[in-house]
Amino acid sequence: MPTDITPVLHATGISKFFPGVIALDDVELTLYPGEVHGLLGENGAGKSTLIKCLTGAYARDGGKIELDGVEISPRDPLSSQEAGIGTVYQEVNLLPNLSVAENLFLGRQPRRFGMIDQRRMVRDARTILSEYGLDIDPARLLSSYSIAVQQIVAIARAVELSGKVLILDEPTASLDRDEVQLMFSVIRRLTGRGLAVVFITHFLDQVQAICDRATILRNGCVVGTLKLAEASRTEIVTMMLGRQLEEVTSRADRGVPGDVLLSLEEFGRRGSIEPFSMEIREGEVVGLAGLLGSGRSETCNAVFGADPADRGEARLRGDPLRLSNPRAAIRHRFALCPEDRKTDGIVGDLSVRENIILSLQARQGWFRPLPRARIEEIAEHYVQALDIRLASLDTPIRLLSGGNQQKALLARWLATDPAFLILDEPTRGIDVGAHAEIIALIERLRADGMALLVASSEMEELVAYSTRVIVLRDRKQVGELRGDEISPAAIVRAIAAEEEEVA
Amino acid sequence: MIRATLRRVAPQIFILGLVLLLNFLLSPGFFKVEMHQGRLFGNLIDVLNRGAPVALLSIGMTLVIATRGIDLSVGAVMAIAGAVAASVVTEGSHWLVAVFAALGAGALCGLWNGVLVAIFRIQPIVATLVLMVAGRGIAQLLTHGAILTFNDPGLVRLGGGTIFSVPTPIWLWIALALIVGIVVRRSALGLLIEATGINERSARLAGINARVLLVAVYLVAGLCAAIAGIVVAGDIRGADANNAGLWMELDAILAVVIGGNSLLGGRFSITASLLGALIIQSVNSAILLSGMPVEFNLVIKALIIIAILVIQSPRIKHSLYLLRASSGTQPPVERPSAPRRRSAGTERITEEGRT
Repeated sequence: MPTDITPVLHATGISKFFPGVIALDDVELTLYPGEVHGLLGENGAGKSTLIKCLTGAYARDGGKIELDGVEISPRDPLSSQEAGIGTVYQEVNLLPNLSVAENLFLGRQPRRFGMIDQRRMVRDARTILSEYGLDIDPARLLSSYSIAVQQIVAIARAVELSGKVLILDEPTASLDRDEVQLMFSVIRRLTGRGLAVVFITHFLDQVQAICDRATILRNGCVVGTLKLAEASRTEIVTMMLGRQLEEVTSRADRGVPGDVLLSLEEFGRRGSIEPFSMEIREGEVVGLAGLLGSGRSETCNAVFGADPADRGEARLRGDPLRLSNPRAAIRHRFALCPEDRKTDGIVGDLSVRENIILSLQARQGWFRPLPRARIEEIAEHYVQALDIRLASLDTPIRLLSGGNQQKALLARWLATDPAFLILDEPTRGIDVGAHAEIIALIERLRADGMALLVASSEMEELVAYSTRVIVLRDRKQVGELRGDEISPAAIVRAIAAEEEEVA
Repeated sequence: MIRATLRRVAPQIFILGLVLLLNFLLSPGFFKVEMHQGRLFGNLIDVLNRGAPVALLSIGMTLVIATRGIDLSVGAVMAIAGAVAASVVTEGSHWLVAVFAALGAGALCGLWNGVLVAIFRIQPIVATLVLMVAGRGIAQLLTHGAILTFNDPGLVRLGGGTIFSVPTPIWLWIALALIVGIVVRRSALGLLIEATGINERSARLAGINARVLLVAVYLVAGLCAAIAGIVVAGDIRGADANNAGLWMELDAILAVVIGGNSLLGGRFSITASLLGALIIQSVNSAILLSGMPVEFNLVIKALIIIAILVIQSPRIKHSLYLLRASSGTQPPVERPSAPRRRSAGTERITEEGRT
């Protein structure tokens, strides 16, 4: 971007501190009209905090925000929206039970004789949405459309209300490839109209595909702002991490798996996962591949007893086993790191220390509390072993970044010394550094003789650590890949097999 | 451990001090304690004694609220327990039998609530509302609609007697608080209750038996209510099904809230709730001592309580924090991911605070 153009938004010296933590330290961000500006950084680098300071969701503790050369001081998201800064979050925060048109016009519905003019609202909505290349019926419920369409409706609403700066916080996280392209075309239309777009994502290839410039944050400070046309991917990653990173997709040598640990026979749950049979051996990583909704998490939850199976049988080292609830599974040294860390994993207000020992303590029972010294020892050990970064063990776990939360959850289960570890999307929403560490950890646990079942939507990742990959489609197991057969291309072929046959 | 507890309850101690000071200003003899016929007398003793029912209730209520629940039925359970104790003792049984019968009734009520909440997954406020309404009716059936009086010295002593010159109710609530506090904090129960209250799904998946835990806290709340009911009945030498424990569940909830425990569950402090109960009783005492017409009582109580809650609000707390940060006493500051403390960061935060 040429610098002689006046920036639409210029934020300088933005600082924010929470008790015990400096979240943002003298951060500068400049946005020019018509540019897509990436905001990059590991989890915990301060991206979300910066956004919240810009939109007024947080009161900043220092710094200045100028919009079109005029200093603004948004007190809350509403006032920043009125000033011209619109935000769309990963989780669409519209009302799914209202129509698309109502969502677009909520709070400013066109009126006629004091009543809401439904016809005009739908007509106007159609016009607005067509500018975004969306030809849908605005009178239908928002929830009847895909997440991608809902995202675009959210964008349209934000742009209609604000119209100078649009902040997109991980808008593509739950979209598939085509939907991402649709999203990109919408973004390009908007920049063509002179909007400045802030784009936050973990996907570096998307950053390189759509962004003009990017600001990189690390530990609450700006590491640099660069033009993406001139930057290499390694350069960006190095700036984000502050260190070099080797490519992680090489396939390590697999040892020979040990004895059968768990065997499942016609195991299934009505309405959740079709009956399947599976054997898992010690020292083996079984990958679960499949599209969203193919039954990966359902399989994990059934095996762990979180959503207990209603048919089939399980045997542990040959002995029959009832997996009717998580406690039964944990008694037999099972462990599950769930997909949704926030709702199913962490206990937000408890300290990291308490979160780490929670499962061990739960298994020990109420009246055999772990001695203080032992708790300290376990927590310290895993914080070091897994390189969990925190201010202190007393920090509530919700204040940790996604990657560190995930590591703390892994620590919780490793502390119970599991024989069988189930990981559901262990690297979702985690930055590059923690990602590589978790993959290395999986490999190390396997080498130590643990049995692992890992569900993931990332093919390269599955290839990197799996001894076998089970492919799911429509809540059914449809294939299995072993040894050298495993490659991203082969997994994709197995997932898509049916469609190809039809074609 | 003790220092952490002290820091936790500092606001409650401060407020209690303020209210006691107000009492002292209204009546200079407030802190005077006298020995009279082998019993301690004085306004302060009165606060501790009259505050006993709410203090007893607040112990169980703290645990229930820590699990993100609430128990509206404790007032009615008090009435049931009082009615049971009175009817057993008037039928000629030993007072200990009456006490155990009342405790059994309280436990049964708690179990009922717990089963509704934990097994049938009914929202706690609705589940306990059932017994709040029905419980008083049950108590009336037990007493046949009249105030059932008794003169059994054992039972009377629990409500109106003394042990070592100190009124029995004071011993009861202090003893119960110590027992529950020690059991909860010395075992892992406290941690597991907090985990369940903060995120029940996560807690279950981590292997916590949340169902049994939930039933247990409602059971404890029922038992606490039963003891409070016995105390009240013993005090008036009779079971008044209509008025025993009336609206007291609300005072108990208030005590827990003044104690700084979140109604959204999680971290809890029984000590703080007890201080909350004493604060409420001190406010009552101050209103009485002020000699204001009784019509003003509830309004003044409301105003004082609003003031107390505002002092504790997150907004005031944050400005106090900023005030401290700018006055030179440096709060510990660390970067989220820097392994070592950096003094540069600490300096920056104080500079920011001053500007």
